[in-house]
Amino acid sequence: MLPDSPLLSLHAAFTRQFVRHMRSLMASPADVANPLLFFFMVVTLFPLGLGPDPDRLATIAPGILWVVALLASLMVSAKLFASDFEDGSLEQLALAPYPLAVLVLAEVAAHWLTTGFLLALVSPLFAIMLGLPEQGLSTLVASLLFGTLCLTLIGAVGSALTVSIRRGGLLLSLLIIPLNVPVLIFGTTAVTEAVIGGNPESWLALLAGLALGSLALTPLAIGAALRVSLDS
Amino acid sequence: MTLLQASQVGIERGDRQLLIEVSFSVRGGEIWQLVGANGVGKTSLLRALAGLARLGVAGDIQRHASVLYLGHASALKLSLSALDNLRCHPACDVTASQERIASALEKVSLAGYEDRPVGALSAGQQRRVALARLLLSEAPLWLLDEPFTALDAAGCDWLEARIREHVEAGGATVFTSHQPSRFGALQQDLDLTQYVA
Repeated sequence: MLPDSPLLSLHAAFTRQFVRHMRSLMASPADVANPLLFFFMVVTLFPLGLGPDPDRLATIAPGILWVVALLASLMVSAKLFASDFEDGSLEQLALAPYPLAVLVLAEVAAHWLTTGFLLALVSPLFAIMLGLPEQGLSTLVASLLFGTLCLTLIGAVGSALTVSIRRGGLLLSLLIIPLNVPVLIFGTTAVTEAVIGGNPESWLALLAGLALGSLALTPLAIGAALRVSLDS
Repeated sequence: MTLLQASQVGIERGDRQLLIEVSFSVRGGEIWQLVGANGVGKTSLLRALAGLARLGVAGDIQRHASVLYLGHASALKLSLSALDNLRCHPACDVTASQERIASALEKVSLAGYEDRPVGALSAGQQRRVALARLLLSEAPLWLLDEPFTALDAAGCDWLEARIREHVEAGGATVFTSHQPSRFGALQQDLDLTQYVA
């Protein structure tokens, strides 16, 4: 009888999965640059379509930035588990002797760092392009950090549910856009409040609460959804 | 020691019943080959045995040991090197050292290809990278779906020897293949044709 193998600690399994996903993401920099480029292009189009009036642009800038961030996140979440599903990695993840929720959380974390996190970091550049007043910048970054974390986690649930469906993109959008609405409302309101000198902290706190709640609950849903998707 | 027990297993795929009342048990030291025509349900049964499929699976499947499952898809990231693929493989449950992985790759005749992206290797070589997991896993129960596909004669011989070695050490192997039996008296055939619904 072969000895039963010593298992890695949960922490080590998480790290290993994180490194694996990070490396395969880094191997295709175009995929990482894609949402940023999308963000940049759409933000440039708005002044062209609406006219260059700085006051008007500044008023609607929080909304534009947030809607575009939501769309960019929607665009990338469709692909989150696609390659893992096609190449059989998901089967192996599901059979691995660790909770699937922990392993997928590692993948989602790597995914968020290369999409939402980067987007939040570079967002002040785009905000300045739209003439968002300076006092709104730090709130914008903070709201996008919490907000994209929510969007990525919610998107991952949708992606896990639709990964086995061919052309599941439309279904994915229908599933997750309604869930993204509160995030969008809290995010834009926080930035607007900061611009008019109001109280953005309470809105940021709501967003942070949503982010932590999703962080705690969605991995279980993602794991369960992936098992269903594999079983078809 | 029984590693896997399947009793009265039925497999339903979509709205079609594929297999009914498949019962067999796999003990340490045994090799089972699932045989049957294309579409008879070999892969579906193997996935059910691994625990990947639950919907549409009737009956009772008990696994008493950890499982190494190798499916049609080889679970390799094409952009990563062979070394990285194996080092971070989600299903390798031991912390294999760099040397151990390198020596596993050497044994599957991939010495010198460790650092190439797997996508740059041929189909047969990719299969060999996937099979190198057989040297890195400690799981007693192997479930292999068409393991001999895409391998050349030398590769098939290596795999055969590796499976023999595994069962001699007390492990067990269930595999599907359209090739005639390679293990002679050592293997038992489970002809799925007799269980077709």
